[in-house]
Amino acid sequence: MSAYVLEQVFNGLILGSMYALVAIGFSMIYGIVRLINFAHGDIVMVGAFVTLALIAVPGLPFPLIALLVMAAGLILGVLIERAAFRPMRGAPQVTGFIASLAVSILMQNLGVLILTAQPRNFMLPEYLQTIFHLGPLTVRAIDLAILIASVVLMAVLVLMVKRTRLGIAMRATAENIDAARLMGININRVIMFAFAIGSSLAGMAGLMWGGKFGQIDPLLGFVPGLKAFVAAVIGGVGSIPGAMLGGYLLGLAEVLFVGLLPPIYSAYRDAFVFGTLILILLILPNGLLGRSVEERA
Amino acid sequence: MRARVMDRVWLPAALILSGALAVWVLRASLDDYLLSIFNFVGINIILAVSLNLTNGFTGLFSLGHPGFMAVGGYLTAILTFPAGRKAMLLPALPAWLAAQQWPLLPALLAGGLAASLTALVVGFPVLRLRGHYLAVATMGFLIIVQVLIINLESYTRGPLGLNGLPMLTNLWWVYLWVVAVIYVCWKIKHSSLGRTMLAVREDEMAAQCLGVNLARIRILALTLGAFFAGVAGGLWAHLVTAITPTSFSLIMAFNLVVMVVIGGSGSITGAILAASGLTLLTEVLRPLEENLEMYGINEVIMAVGLLAVLIFRPQGFFGSREPSLLSGRGRIRSNGRSGARE
Repeated sequence: MSAYVLEQVFNGLILGSMYALVAIGFSMIYGIVRLINFAHGDIVMVGAFVTLALIAVPGLPFPLIALLVMAAGLILGVLIERAAFRPMRGAPQVTGFIASLAVSILMQNLGVLILTAQPRNFMLPEYLQTIFHLGPLTVRAIDLAILIASVVLMAVLVLMVKRTRLGIAMRATAENIDAARLMGININRVIMFAFAIGSSLAGMAGLMWGGKFGQIDPLLGFVPGLKAFVAAVIGGVGSIPGAMLGGYLLGLAEVLFVGLLPPIYSAYRDAFVFGTLILILLILPNGLLGRSVEERA
Repeated sequence: MRARVMDRVWLPAALILSGALAVWVLRASLDDYLLSIFNFVGINIILAVSLNLTNGFTGLFSLGHPGFMAVGGYLTAILTFPAGRKAMLLPALPAWLAAQQWPLLPALLAGGLAASLTALVVGFPVLRLRGHYLAVATMGFLIIVQVLIINLESYTRGPLGLNGLPMLTNLWWVYLWVVAVIYVCWKIKHSSLGRTMLAVREDEMAAQCLGVNLARIRILALTLGAFFAGVAGGLWAHLVTAITPTSFSLIMAFNLVVMVVIGGSGSITGAILAASGLTLLTEVLRPLEENLEMYGINEVIMAVGLLAVLIFRPQGFFGSREPSLLSGRGRIRSNGRSGARE
């Protein structure tokens, strides 16, 4: 593999990590409440802006900023669930979907209203910008940090879902919400935690997004949100390992599509992503790792 | 017997005539700016009522309406553009297309048909999906249409869009199509076809057991809705006199869905009132947005309004019903649910 291809693969993995972190939230929430939450992408945006605000505070160490950003995402996710989605639980699925679009548009435009649509530069601390060489690769510290942090976060999440009481309750609820309720699981609490965990990961993805691309604006969350949803569908909505796999696959596929094909095709990048989405929905409605009894097609 | 003739013939005729009178009065008394607002109201009525056919009657939750508008809008624009200037604006256009210069009405019909054809092609695979998966797939369709428009530069000039279109749309044309779409949807709703559509929406399996061909009804609902969307796209293009790939966006899809949901899925009257009300509200808010630099306030209000309706009145203001005065003593009695529970 030439250095160029290697570099593309590396970039694909970084993009994939961010997609995976966002896709996990989509999948967890969908798995439990059967809601496609389009506002999830906008939590990425809020995460990016909270990071920007916290960086401006002198003397705050970056790891603490990262924790605070996750906390902000968590609070926001729980608030959204309480205010918008809980009141319409039990309504037809499409109602929840429309509501999430409304929340998404609300957040984007509140962002425009308060912060203006002007893109802002995202300043990272010096040591995260240092450049070093890994064999043929030239990487920035933040790129490595993104890769490592997302793997660590995902590992923690998987352990939590597998081992803790809360994780078991979540899996039970995803399996069968009525049976779980009969077993004495507090459904509201489980749903709240799904939103909390998913949204804190999305907030973290916002920090990474800003660090990777260097510019943020109030509309930045929408496209990655959509693509993370595509990633979740590829992996099988409802499956957490599926979301991770889907995220990495989509990130790699997107970067390689642009990087390796002749330039005239790269303008069709988004068409490629959403064409894949429609194809997967039709051919493989349960995704790669999903298993499902419900009907999608 | 007498009362029914009254309902069937005289009441619609009276409504159409009074609408025409209103158009005449508006055109005689308002300036161009205010007239354009009423044009937008009309176009949004066409869009909301036709989307209601797909989303409301049949329960196919489509976000692809602006995609069909874009197909119709671009085709209509290319067809009506003066042949002389077309050579300059779109030099790479195939010769046979570059030579065309159509009047508005046939161009609109062509735009509508092209949109229907697109719906047919897209619908066959995509309509196999249900519920919110269909919504997501149609949203994907919308984004793909935008990407294609940006990239097919010899037909669309890419991101620049087509500008300097002749301003052919006026309130009479819009009114003609408003009447057409309301007439068609009203006839469909109060026919066996409309009841079939409602049956598909309420309970697919029951409908299928009664011999309804689900695929046929779905395709029909989507292509019919797309036809009017294509026409509305053409009207829109010749009102604004410019179209760009971003003209037909997901925000527009969202606004149209808001109109259908607030009016009541399945209610034509509801869609008309919601489309008029929300369009006027947007126009009232526009100066506020521009003078106070509160960009985005309009969308914020729309979103909060939609959330409030979804929480407190999920069936919308009219449910699936029409006012009893118009619907022949309320022959359709639906429970007003806005879609089958899955």
